[in-house]
Amino acid sequence: MLDIILAIVIGTAFGFALNRVGATNPQYIINMVRLKDLHLMKVILFAIGFASALLFLGLSVGLLDAGNLSVKASYIGVVIGGALLGVGFAIAGYCPGTGIGAAATGRIDGIVFVIGGLIGAFAYTLTHGAISATGLLDNLFGGKVTLAATTNEKFGHLVDALPGPALALLLSVLLMGIAFALPKALRKAS
Amino acid sequence: MPRILPWLQGGLLLGAVFLMAVAFVKPIGVSTQFVILDAMIWEMVDPTIIQEDSSTKTGYASPNAYLNKSGGKYAKNAANPLNYSFIFVIAMAFGAFLSSRLGGDRPDNNDTIMPDVWRTHIGDSHGLRLLAVFVSGFIVLFGARLAGGCTSGHMMSGMMQTAVSGYLFSVGLFAAALPVAFLLYKKKGA
Repeated sequence: MLDIILAIVIGTAFGFALNRVGATNPQYIINMVRLKDLHLMKVILFAIGFASALLFLGLSVGLLDAGNLSVKASYIGVVIGGALLGVGFAIAGYCPGTGIGAAATGRIDGIVFVIGGLIGAFAYTLTHGAISATGLLDNLFGGKVTLAATTNEKFGHLVDALPGPALALLLSVLLMGIAFALPKALRKAS
Repeated sequence: MPRILPWLQGGLLLGAVFLMAVAFVKPIGVSTQFVILDAMIWEMVDPTIIQEDSSTKTGYASPNAYLNKSGGKYAKNAANPLNYSFIFVIAMAFGAFLSSRLGGDRPDNNDTIMPDVWRTHIGDSHGLRLLAVFVSGFIVLFGARLAGGCTSGHMMSGMMQTAVSGYLFSVGLFAAALPVAFLLYKKKGA
C-alpha cells in the first residue's frame, strides 16, 4: 500500500515537473534538437548533475539506501535503440514519458504518438527473442556498470582512480557547469 | 511562450523529483509500462499469454520470451496492475494534466495537432502530422525497448547514477536526433 501512495505522489510530481519545464510541449523538444532553443537541454543537464551530486553525497553519508539504485546493462542495442528513439524524438518532439504527459494536457498528436508507441513496444515484445539471438543484447563492459563506484556491490564500476563520490561530484559539477555555460541557442532562431 | 519555469528553477525541480524517486523507491522509468499495458490487452485476447507458475521467481510465466524475462517480471506486473511502476506512469499523466490546468504549459487550439515549428517547416496537414507522430511513436518505443529504457530511465536516471549505459544511450540519441532535425526542419518553410 505504501508503494502505491509513493507511486501516486512521486508520479504526480514528475508529471507536474515535466509540464513546468516545457518538456510536454513538442515545440521545445524539436527546437532543442535543432539547437535553436537550448532551454530544455540546460534544464536536463542541470537536473541530472544536481540529482547526481545529492545522490552520491547521500549514499556516502549513509542517508540514502544503495539498494534503491538500479543500473541498466550496457550493450550495443542501447546505442542502436537510443538512435532509433532519437529519430522519432526529432520528428515527433516526444519521448515516451513526455508523450504521455502531452496527451494528458490535451495534445492530440501526443495521444496518437502513445498509440504508435504501444504498437512499437508490442512489435519489440514479439521480436525480442530473435533480436536477442543476434548478440545485440550481449553485455559490454561487464553489463551493469557505472563510471563512479557506488556503495551497491551488485554494480561494477570502470574508474578506480578516484573514490566514487569524488568522481560523481566532478561529473555533476561538469554537467551543471555546461548547463550554465550553454547559450540560449547555438543556431539563430527561425 | 510563457507558462514555463526559467531553466534553473526547472532543473532544480526536475532534479529534486529524480532524487526523491531514488531516495524512496527506485530510479524513474517510463517505457516499460508500454509493454505492461500491451500485455494486459494481449491477455484479454489470449488468456494463455500470462500464466501463474509457482516454479518461477515471480510466480508468473509467459510463453512470450520478453514477458517471461527475469523470472516472469513483466508477466507478473501485467497480471497485477496495482504495482508501483504502472501507477507511477498513470500518476505522471495526472501530474502533467494538473500542472497544465494550474497555469502550466497548455496547448491552445492551434497547438493540439502540431507545434508551430512543424507548421512552419513541414506544413499544416493534420493527416501528415498524425501519421508522422504515429510512426515516430512506433520507432521511439521499439528503440526504447531495444535499449532497455528511455529518456527518463537511461538518460536521466542512468546518468544520475553515472551508469555507462546512460551515456551510451544519450550518445546514440543525439547522434541521430540532431541530423534528423537539421534535415527535417530546413529553413525554407512550407
